[in-house]
Amino acid sequence: MNTLAQEMSDGNRILTIALFMVMVLVTIFITIQGGRKTSTATDFHSGGRGFSAWQNGFAVAGDYVSAASFLGIAGTIALYGYDGFLYSIGFLVAWLVALLLVAESLRNSGRFTVADALSYRMRQRPVRTAASIATLSISIFYLLAQMVGTGALVTLLLGIKEGETFLGMDSGAAKVVGIVVTGLLMVAYVAFGGMKGTTWVQIFQACVKIGLAFVLAILVLVHYNFNLSALLGDAANVSGQGAAFLEPGLRYGAEVPGDALQTLWNKLDLISLGLALVLGTAGLPHVLIRFYTTPDGKTARKSVNWAIGLIGMFYLLTLVLGFGAAAMVGKDAIIAENPAGNSAAPQLSQVIGEDIAGSTGGAIMLALIASAAFAAILSVVAGLIIACSSSLAHDLYNGVFKRGKASGHQEVVFAKFAAVGVGAIAVVIAVFAQDLNVAFLVALAFAVAASANLPTLLFSLFWKRFNTAGAVAGIYGGLISAIGLVIFSPTFSGTETSLLGEGVDIAWFPLSNPGLVSIPLGLICAVVGTLMSSESNPDRFASMQVRALTGAGAERASAH
Amino acid sequence: MTTTPEENGPPPEVSEADIAAMHDDPRFVELKRTLFRFTVPVLLAALAWYLVYVLLSAYARDFMGIVLFGNINLGLILGLSQFVVTFYVTWAYNRFTARKFDTQSAELRDDIMNGGAK
Repeated sequence: MNTLAQEMSDGNRILTIALFMVMVLVTIFITIQGGRKTSTATDFHSGGRGFSAWQNGFAVAGDYVSAASFLGIAGTIALYGYDGFLYSIGFLVAWLVALLLVAESLRNSGRFTVADALSYRMRQRPVRTAASIATLSISIFYLLAQMVGTGALVTLLLGIKEGETFLGMDSGAAKVVGIVVTGLLMVAYVAFGGMKGTTWVQIFQACVKIGLAFVLAILVLVHYNFNLSALLGDAANVSGQGAAFLEPGLRYGAEVPGDALQTLWNKLDLISLGLALVLGTAGLPHVLIRFYTTPDGKTARKSVNWAIGLIGMFYLLTLVLGFGAAAMVGKDAIIAENPAGNSAAPQLSQVIGEDIAGSTGGAIMLALIASAAFAAILSVVAGLIIACSSSLAHDLYNGVFKRGKASGHQEVVFAKFAAVGVGAIAVVIAVFAQDLNVAFLVALAFAVAASANLPTLLFSLFWKRFNTAGAVAGIYGGLISAIGLVIFSPTFSGTETSLLGEGVDIAWFPLSNPGLVSIPLGLICAVVGTLMSSESNPDRFASMQVRALTGAGAERASAH
Repeated sequence: MTTTPEENGPPPEVSEADIAAMHDDPRFVELKRTLFRFTVPVLLAALAWYLVYVLLSAYARDFMGIVLFGNINLGLILGLSQFVVTFYVTWAYNRFTARKFDTQSAELRDDIMNGGAK
């Protein structure tokens, strides 16, 4: 089996680049169209609240299905078999929390940001500050994970190896160019298109990435005459692991012979990851603010139905793509290309394309799947940038510094500058951090969302006694414990694959995923903080709950 | 409160007090009970099933490896069952809201908007 780089002539790369360019031009056009009518704060933060259930459902899928899902899960399944599937399942089941408890109530009781709902019956400034810091932490961790990955992905998708050059760029330069171009695009979507432009871009990109994943998965299944068992059997044989490839344990919760303690930690780490995945989604700010783009709570809820359908289908496809790559590309060829397995889906597309129409077919399929991965990167980072800029402008600038006195126009202007600022910072950090192992940042973002945001959001909606002290303690408690535990975990120091390498060892916390400890800690902080303060506002709780459940007095769609 | 009604309150035609008054209306109490009676047990059951799946993946690997037919083992089927449960709950919640929630909720909203709860 040849590797991508050997297969990839300059002509193939030009085809991939051409498709990237088409994607860029189409999305810029959509942004300009969508952004023309963006003038008020409601337009900028919430896209005018005019999106229908299917539109927001597609946009949510665009926001949620990242390149890490697209390439990462398929790659993990291709290398480790069954264990990669755990991510798919956690990412999907999590949506039930959003559907049953959060979507409709949040839409009905908030305005633009997560902090709106959290601070509704609290003292505004402390809660907004805390909620905004949590939103920014989660979104920036997630953003950095995506941006650092982007450089490597673009060189991977273009097949530029170490020591090679393409259009005068070596792989290092190509990585920087990839990061900068992605940064410029995400800022452009948000600053020129606001939420309306970004939403349409995400709808388009969701169609591209899910559609192409669907096509590729169908082609794999056609190759196996829709016999899933035969596909799995092939994958297990080629992997050299046999039946173990189809069972849990090759990647997570590994059993270390003779070391019962490490085995225990590994298993607890798996459970910790599972908890953060399933409880984190309903606390991710960039996903939650999408519910404000619908005209009412009922539409927000129905948009989650669409999202669950699309996301569920996509994660089923990752199973076929992952095992397909394991069977048709093979572990050695994948690792030769990318040790983390991110190249599994693109390599699979090339093999399938060649199977159907020779080397031209391979080149075309590869270029298509590369564009789908590019779409996944762009739509997620755009959603993250808008979550950051909305929170900076609406919560910190207007809510905290101007005490709610800034005009909508001032807020929008501030938000656009905030988008440029956050984008610039993210690009600079990503360029300098591109050789670091930052994959843990995604799990950390989910852990913070599950520890700081979800408990306080649920208490705020459903617990009458909950108050300012509880919200502030819950948010900071969850945030600090999640980040603190990761700093003292093996992901940060003490092992070969740690961020700081083997030389530094401050890792006294044995789990890589903090959720198992930080989620209960966030919850306890919220409860203890609440009980230690005598503040209580039963009238505001009454009106918040009536709003949440009936939609009375909820923000409406703007007129145009 | 440091916020102005324009920034963070209801649209002008309905007051905060009118909305809050609905909270003690027996119809609202009933609406809330109907909703939580569905969502809380269903969500807890779905999350419990997910937790069982994660625990089995961690601690019952031989069990997950039991082959049912061809190359399809129990772990894969239980994993796929998570998709089935998620889709089923989504469908069931949609049916529940259509039959038992949306009409009542809209009725209370109209009451509030047309002059407050009685």
